Amino acid sequence: MTAPASTATKVHAPRAPRRPADRIFSGSTVVAGGLILAILAAVAIFLVVQSIPAVTSDPDDVSLSGFPDSFWQYVGPLAFGTVYAAALALVMALPVAIGIALFISHYAPRRLAAGLGYAIDLLAAVPSVVFGLWGSIVLAPAVQPVYSWMTDNLGWFPLFAGPVSGTGRTLLTASIVLAVMILPIITALSREVFLQTPTLHEEAALALGATRWEMIQVAVLPFGRPGIISASMLGLGRALGETMAVALVLSPALVINPAILTSTNSSTIAANIALRFPEAHDIGINTLIATGLVLFVITLVVNSIARVVINRRKAFSGAN
Amino acid sequence: MATTTQARPRTASRTVNTLTTGRLPKAAPLVILAGSWAIMLVVFGLLQAGGVTDTFNWVAAIVLGTILYAALVFVISMQVEGIRRAKDRVVTTLVSAAFILALIPLISVLFTVVTSGAARFDGDFFGMSMRNVVGAGGGGLHALTGTLLITALAAVISVPIGLLTAIYLVEYGRGRLARAITFFVDVMTGIPSIVAGLFAYALFVIFFGEGVRMGAAGSVALAVLMIPVVVRSTEEMLKLVPNELREAAYALGVPKWLTIVKVVLPTSIAGITTGVMLSIARVIGETAPLLITAGFTASMNYDLFDGRMQSLPVFAYSSYVSQGTDAAAYIDRAWTSALTLILIVMALNLIARLIARLFAPKLGR
Repeated sequence: MTAPASTATKVHAPRAPRRPADRIFSGSTVVAGGLILAILAAVAIFLVVQSIPAVTSDPDDVSLSGFPDSFWQYVGPLAFGTVYAAALALVMALPVAIGIALFISHYAPRRLAAGLGYAIDLLAAVPSVVFGLWGSIVLAPAVQPVYSWMTDNLGWFPLFAGPVSGTGRTLLTASIVLAVMILPIITALSREVFLQTPTLHEEAALALGATRWEMIQVAVLPFGRPGIISASMLGLGRALGETMAVALVLSPALVINPAILTSTNSSTIAANIALRFPEAHDIGINTLIATGLVLFVITLVVNSIARVVINRRKAFSGAN
Repeated sequence: MATTTQARPRTASRTVNTLTTGRLPKAAPLVILAGSWAIMLVVFGLLQAGGVTDTFNWVAAIVLGTILYAALVFVISMQVEGIRRAKDRVVTTLVSAAFILALIPLISVLFTVVTSGAARFDGDFFGMSMRNVVGAGGGGLHALTGTLLITALAAVISVPIGLLTAIYLVEYGRGRLARAITFFVDVMTGIPSIVAGLFAYALFVIFFGEGVRMGAAGSVALAVLMIPVVVRSTEEMLKLVPNELREAAYALGVPKWLTIVKVVLPTSIAGITTGVMLSIARVIGETAPLLITAGFTASMNYDLFDGRMQSLPVFAYSSYVSQGTDAAAYIDRAWTSALTLILIVMALNLIARLIARLFAPKLGR
């Protein structure tokens, strides 16, 4: 974008001679760019090719325990679990993330704000397997008493129906871990957008006598709404594909169960692959790859929605 | 906003003019907070003394105390300052509470990893593999070696591709190809790590047959995850290079490729290095793709193209999932490898930020 505009007009503009070195260099950059397209095409093609046997073959050949009559019956509960856990994580993470972003951008003392931002970014630096270990060894036993209390007192609500899990390794625990993991992404993006709010808008609101919260309501939040939406979509995409936290925390079953405190939980696609792949063979591997393809499609849809929203406002993007 | 200024009739006389209403003294919120915590601690203390609860529940006392504080501050502030300021104070409480809430898992994770990981953070862990080790003892040297080798190869694959692509996008790219690459780099950012692992597996099956496990496959999977991050951060850094530098070079008759190599890249090298290190930090903790592609083993393996290769995250995972007879030893090793992993990631992050700060290009005057 910053390179000088090419002078390709009809008039013969004086052109710099194209040296061989120039051609080699620009050629290699084009090759690298093309390679990325090739890699992505390869990902799609290989996954599709490897998935075909899973859908077409005889279900009796599939070497996965508890495999039902068809591939779609297998992937159904997994897809449900994936979307369900990710959605729960987003519901928990989004309000907290917006709160943190507002705290860092508008409430914390200026001098502390950057340091506090780093503290939240630290969460993003913790590897997922560590979150998984923490979730299953520390978090699950810690929240189990709360779960029994919830099933006893709020059991009439379908989500909290009993019988309660004795270990605390339920879908809700997995979702809490996922929520912690996507918190830094949503926070970082929302914070960036909130900081971009035109100062004049904020000062105008304050000058009219608005309190800080009213200023945020009328100036910051409307300005940041697209950013919040795309940030939560990117967070959702991350939660959908997250493997280890769920694989380590959840005690899975192949069911569709909306209750989140019992010991029969729908597993997620990614966690199921991680748990079954080391022992899988033949068609079992193809089946798992096919479920991976389903996951790929789901995340692609979610991320594309986020991109569409982001591209309306070009200023920020998820990769940095 | 206009609607919020209209207070309910009962308090109308008090909120007619917010400029002239009373204000709570500055220390008031702190006093109320301390007070409500104290009340709740006393309540829970009485509950325990009365035998209603078995143990003294610190967490519930603090949580309920904070809720009590929010309610108290709302009521008091509404009486003194009016509804608008009361709302403002409640929101301030909520926003600060959100921040504290997010710090709890961070502190808990770091505390747990450091305290549990310290048990085996010793010479043996960094001097031994798990070969022929059944119970206690043994170490993660094979996993550490594997992680470093696999990540190094992933960096070797992805850095040139990512760097050149970013150069293409910033310096050469026009039209449809550039737009397609930008779009698909975005798509690549969203690939779930396990799908990258499945891809690498599917790719290597073609060459090596069913059931292939090798370090190089893991590197390919990690490279797929790394490339978009490298492209994005490098692109941002190249865009920061002022155009005047390029034009000055052109004016001196320097060819375009030399301008890029000698002027553009040196100016932005600090930022690019930072981006690359951050991307390494991001993939070095990936477990799922390595579990699928590189597998796990108890032995040392220096050859990326021959057989299974252990890595730190997979070591942590497999130690925890398949505990042997002496379960505590396995869990200790899992925590220690988690601690090692976190230390590596933190060090990479720290060095990256230091480089960014120390060697930042001197733009402007």
